[in-house]
Amino acid sequence: MTEPLVARHSLEYPGGYTRSVGDVVGRYLTGLRDGRIEGARLADGRVLVPPTEYDPLTSAAVSVDDFVEVGPAGTVVTWSWVANPRAEKHALDRPFAFALIRPDGADTSMLHMVDVATPEEMSTGMRVIPHWRSDRIGGVSDIEAWRPYKDGDPIPEVPPLPFSENMGDSVTGIVTSGRLDYEIAAGESTTRFLLGLAEGKIIGGKAVGSDDVYAASRGTDPTTGAPTSISVDVSDTGVITTFCIVNIPGLSDLAPEIPYVSAQVLLDGADNTFFGLIRGCSVDEVRMGMRVKAKWLDQLTTDHGSIEWWEPTGEPDAEYTDYKDYL
Amino acid sequence: MSKNAVAVVGVGQTHHRSSRKDVSMAGLVREAAVEALEDAGMTWSDIDAVVVGKAPDMFEGVAMPELYLADALGAVGKPMLRVHTAGSVGGSTAIVAAKLVQAGVHERVLTVAYEKQSESNATWGLSVPMPFSPPLVAGAGGYFAPMIRAYMTRSGAPRESGHLVAVKDRLNAVRNPRAHLHMPEITLKMVEESWLLWDPLRYLDTCPSSDGAMAMVLGSEKVAAAAPNPVAWVHGMAMRSEPTMFARRDQINPQAGKDCAADVYRQAGISDPRRDLDCAEIYVPFSWYEPMWLENLGFCAEGDGWKLTAEGATAFDGDIPWNPSGGVLSSNPIGASGMIRFGEVAQQVRGAAGGHQVELKTGKALGHAYGGGSQFFAMWVVGAKKPE
Amino acid sequence: MRDVAVVSFSYSTIAKEQMRNEVEMLAPVITEAIDASGIARSDIGFTCSGSFDYLQGGPFSFVMGLDAVGAWPPIRESHVEMDGAWALYEAWIAIQTGEVDSALVYGFGKASQGNVHEIMSLQLDPYYVAPLWPSMVDLAALQARAYLDSSGLSERDLAEVVAQAMRSARDTPQAIRSGEPSIEELLAAPYVASPLRDADIFPTTDGVAAIVLAAGDLARSVNKRPAWIRGLDHRIEPHSLGARDLTRSESTALAAKHAGVASGPIDVAEVHAQFSHEVLILSEALGVDPSIVNPSGGPLAANGIMSAGLVRIGEVAQRIMDGTANRGVAHATSGPALQQNLVCVLEGE
Repeated sequence: MTEPLVARHSLEYPGGYTRSVGDVVGRYLTGLRDGRIEGARLADGRVLVPPTEYDPLTSAAVSVDDFVEVGPAGTVVTWSWVANPRAEKHALDRPFAFALIRPDGADTSMLHMVDVATPEEMSTGMRVIPHWRSDRIGGVSDIEAWRPYKDGDPIPEVPPLPFSENMGDSVTGIVTSGRLDYEIAAGESTTRFLLGLAEGKIIGGKAVGSDDVYAASRGTDPTTGAPTSISVDVSDTGVITTFCIVNIPGLSDLAPEIPYVSAQVLLDGADNTFFGLIRGCSVDEVRMGMRVKAKWLDQLTTDHGSIEWWEPTGEPDAEYTDYKDYL
Repeated sequence: MSKNAVAVVGVGQTHHRSSRKDVSMAGLVREAAVEALEDAGMTWSDIDAVVVGKAPDMFEGVAMPELYLADALGAVGKPMLRVHTAGSVGGSTAIVAAKLVQAGVHERVLTVAYEKQSESNATWGLSVPMPFSPPLVAGAGGYFAPMIRAYMTRSGAPRESGHLVAVKDRLNAVRNPRAHLHMPEITLKMVEESWLLWDPLRYLDTCPSSDGAMAMVLGSEKVAAAAPNPVAWVHGMAMRSEPTMFARRDQINPQAGKDCAADVYRQAGISDPRRDLDCAEIYVPFSWYEPMWLENLGFCAEGDGWKLTAEGATAFDGDIPWNPSGGVLSSNPIGASGMIRFGEVAQQVRGAAGGHQVELKTGKALGHAYGGGSQFFAMWVVGAKKPE
Repeated sequence: MRDVAVVSFSYSTIAKEQMRNEVEMLAPVITEAIDASGIARSDIGFTCSGSFDYLQGGPFSFVMGLDAVGAWPPIRESHVEMDGAWALYEAWIAIQTGEVDSALVYGFGKASQGNVHEIMSLQLDPYYVAPLWPSMVDLAALQARAYLDSSGLSERDLAEVVAQAMRSARDTPQAIRSGEPSIEELLAAPYVASPLRDADIFPTTDGVAAIVLAAGDLARSVNKRPAWIRGLDHRIEPHSLGARDLTRSESTALAAKHAGVASGPIDVAEVHAQFSHEVLILSEALGVDPSIVNPSGGPLAANGIMSAGLVRIGEVAQRIMDGTANRGVAHATSGPALQQNLVCVLEGE
């Protein structure tokens, strides 16, 4: 029974997404940076917090002219407990409550965190007040957390920001980052193919009732949806059907120095083409119809990289008619 | 069972730019949607349903953005869909929206397609490396450039064929204030001397990366009759798909493109597209796709596409202008580009294309979008007159 | 409006599929649905699917699904980045236009590959909410508490929902969870996100599902007892949780009204309740008694993200095709805390 091939995978845009926010969201975030929570008064008199750009019921545009200050204290409308905060995602590194909090003067509630030690200290209807970070930048985490508040008690101070030249400028954008981690299974057909690569073989798949052999099949004959259940050994020599010369440096860690050739290769015994790097000759010598052979790594693994590149065999070129249907 | 008639009664689009730092995502789509509503003489409460289209979520890092956009697009309390068919998405979104009216389920549908890809990077978004997949070493152009070489071999097209398109589309864009690239000084020599990225594609043969949104209001016959501005009637719509890879697949002249065109022409009564259409907005992200698609879409015999371009047939003042708006080569917010094609031909037959209006003789035009590995196709033919 | 029916349905689930990729999971289910439909693959007019790129962490996941369909010669095909239930909606519309008489609909996703609770945080307002990373479960818990507070119901009532689902699931081959838990043992378990415990939350599931739709006489010619779609509607609410009434599902009630749920008796209901409290909220919105809800066990038993909504339609349709029910309602949901909802009314002739 073959062991499934499984790999870790991460999705993260390097540096984070740079999001421009527009006037309304920018004004709210500027308010947060300045230690102030604002809402927008809608046409029907309700005060919307946080002030999203459009009235949730009528879709009318919200204007910064309609902004009013709310809170700072508020009431917990509903809450839930986060027993195991996630590093690099949650702003607090100790257990906390997520809550919908309605600041005084608002008709809607905003999602944020309440910082108490245990869930027993949380209750619907409890009074809370924001505590502000000293390193505010104009984002929702400028409120470090809300904490229980007794009406009449002193209001937590808003720590003054360190001086900076553009501290008076409006907030125009935020950067949001966050990595998502995955465990991806190769799939049965791909596992078979990669195990073959580890043994210096190229394994193709064929569906019952078809003559078409797919090198590196994803599991089916795509023209019928039938599983490529029959394994067929495919040669590691073949023909360049078409190619391009790449002249852009640094497209990938695996790319050689420019210029280099990226080609479609039709292997002897297979009926589909796939991409490969061509080396072992100058880029000017590469031509459609040129016969090539896989250059295998010394240390083979279950990875596409086991074939480093394809190099000319020196055999006479294939006739155009042999590969013209495989361009 | 005959379909209900459907017409484009309002069109709106943003200024497409390399980055729209002045707006949020909602602000971007809103700009196009508001213009389309105003053009249709409608308000948010007139709309029955909203259909949104966008390319992969990763570009903006927002999953299922229609959920966040419901308030911005007046969709609360209404049906809302989000279509995703890779690069053809803008076109297929328009088709899904039009079908809601054709089916008789809704009378007024707002459809919007957009991309705010400057929030990340389109090259990154298109080529996220996945485990167990062969690494994409050569980038997006590296996928298409070998096919272009194959086309050149098959057709005998000279090297400058693509460059002619690069010049033509950018000069067309000068007439279009909404286009991203404005290069009035562009010449063939400039394109030939621009950086050779993926032989034979040069830098100026490739599309820009843009932020932008496109919106349309689609209406029933009754709604069209009451519209304040001229409408564009849908004469035919079609979509076709084929697998990314299979034995002996022709990626240069894909069957799905041919079948899709044949279907839409049959519906619209087009027997000779070059003669029966006044213009076409065709998804050409790399200049060479104009000659290739001229053949795929039956504007000429196989192998002759480059000749049509070289003759000037597709020029702004040619007999069959292609991409009078400047096309994808001048503006490419990926999720929106297909809908921009569909919306631009609607504007043409309405006589509403302003500085890039072509002369109307037949009053019909073709909008086209494609995506994936040249495998997803969406097309429509619109006309100034109601179809019989 | 044309009469359109479900003429076949197939689905499979597994807690964590290590060996097969999405295509290899999908191909047999699509083949089974097509074979059971009585319509040849090449005669199917339109194909539409639902899937979600973020489940695999890479773009264009729907493209690989096409490898399982056999899209040659080229087919009329489309895709929504939503649960397969909305792909069914688009396919139903295509048949209504008269362009086609039949459609293949499928939904798929391997939720076990990533942390789906966390992935869904990316659905949230990118400026005001997503940066705080509240998970799908955190938001469901906020709704659960709001519902319990306003309804006067208790965690015991949620445990009753779980117990019923687990008992029903014993007869469902695709159930990942089933059994006869006692209320006491359910209540003794620790919270995952109070007031929700593990059993109140759907199990992570890799799932694929396929349905074939056919119109009028075609449906009658291939199926003795097609499940006719008598009503189909979907609605969305405002995005911000704080601007919504979380104690009710207004959009479900609105969709139910437009779909005509109340114009006849309901024998069976399948709701896309991924959390126990949602069964109660959705039953109220649909106007059905919770005791007839989710005879399959529902998503608390198996919840393939992007196929579970389509499965609800399939489960009701199957009971009608089998003759064990005559009129039923299926529900599907999308978005945080039931923001968007689809309702489908099905009936035997």
